Amino acid sequence: MYEMDRRDFIKLIGMGGAVIVMETGITEIVMEMGSSAGAATMPQETLTFIQLSDTHWGFNDPKINPDFAGTLKKAIAQINSMKSQPDFIIFSGDVTHSTDDPKERRRRMAEARDIIAGLNLKNVKMMPGEHDAGLDNGEAFQECFGKTHYTFKYKDVNFIVVDNASDSTSSIGDTQLEWLSAEMGKLEKESKIVIFTHRPLFELYPQWDWWTRDGAKAIDILMPYKNVAVFYGHIHQEHHHMTGHIWHHAAKGMLFPLPAPGSLPKRVQLPWDSAHPYRGVGYRSVVPKTDEYGYTLTEIPIAEV
Amino acid sequence: MKKNLLAIGGIAIAIALTLVAAPLLSQRLAAGSETQGSEQVIKITAKMFEFTPSKIKLKKGVAVILDFVSLDRHHGFDCSGIGIRTDIWPGQVNKQRVVPQKAGTHEFHCDRFCGDGHEGMSGEIIVEE
Repeated sequence: MYEMDRRDFIKLIGMGGAVIVMETGITEIVMEMGSSAGAATMPQETLTFIQLSDTHWGFNDPKINPDFAGTLKKAIAQINSMKSQPDFIIFSGDVTHSTDDPKERRRRMAEARDIIAGLNLKNVKMMPGEHDAGLDNGEAFQECFGKTHYTFKYKDVNFIVVDNASDSTSSIGDTQLEWLSAEMGKLEKESKIVIFTHRPLFELYPQWDWWTRDGAKAIDILMPYKNVAVFYGHIHQEHHHMTGHIWHHAAKGMLFPLPAPGSLPKRVQLPWDSAHPYRGVGYRSVVPKTDEYGYTLTEIPIAEV
Repeated sequence: MKKNLLAIGGIAIAIALTLVAAPLLSQRLAAGSETQGSEQVIKITAKMFEFTPSKIKLKKGVAVILDFVSLDRHHGFDCSGIGIRTDIWPGQVNKQRVVPQKAGTHEFHCDRFCGDGHEGMSGEIIVEE
């Protein structure tokens, strides 16, 4: 069983500024900013995973993140220092930053894989983003990390990884949609189901490629199931949205934040704020609620350990 | 006899080249011209990671032909404000006729991931009354 230790949690607050505790389910949203008050009510459920997204290994613009080589390592050290380890960790795409050079792409992936191997927890799930897979249809990613879409199960939760990044048109594709439909067909309508994608399945902001071209078809497949949540990355910020009864939770990126959808003329990386180092980056732990639908999300900032 | 065969072969090759090249030549001339019939042709060049021109002015209700060319790799062009979405392949002629119906500024962008810089590959079409 994993539960974030209260001391771990208070330590995180002390180290990095604001911690958001967000109860995101059917019933309530509770936010605590920069204070340990109320933080003791940490989840007691039996399954926890960590979602870590958009590490962009190979990105090297110091104006955006002067610690581009150290941020991921800090997160790994932080996770390793947690007293109770999660059941698994998923890297939800854009593990590496895009390059036109296939050799360099593979070198970046190998480096990222070696750094990730520094996690004490060895149960690590990988999936591609368009920066990893969009230029070669996932070829290098599969060589380094394996399949780009797959299923697995922990305790009573069914996890399905959907690849909406290898196809450069921001699509899942009919073949994979048929596979998704077949996998969903094996589950009960009441099953707890978590879908991992890189891009949002819904049309968050297509002008910035914040959508999946055939995402509506995937949502149609998911809709008959009562307890489904989608966790994704790509947009480098926390975002929560519902299509019908299905939650969609976007995670922060690990290297730099992006602007809110449509808030700037261009979708540019937000510059480093030296007054607030690592602001807008981080990762999250996720715990399914045991007595109702939904998930408890804990946003964790980057900090020195 | 051998000379005759060579001459016939040469003529055959010349005819074949003419048949293949003529349509390509005519397409190329059309692409480079400023009008096609009475309609203006606007050439839009895509390359990593920009469109040229990136600002295009159109008149509401006036038909134009957008003539897309890629100088390097497969790009996309999506401008939902004027109802155009197309792929742009290197070496392929791609012309889209459009009659803008809605005045205003309509953003367009490359919608095929094309590398580090793809996210900034965008521009705008300004439709004037």
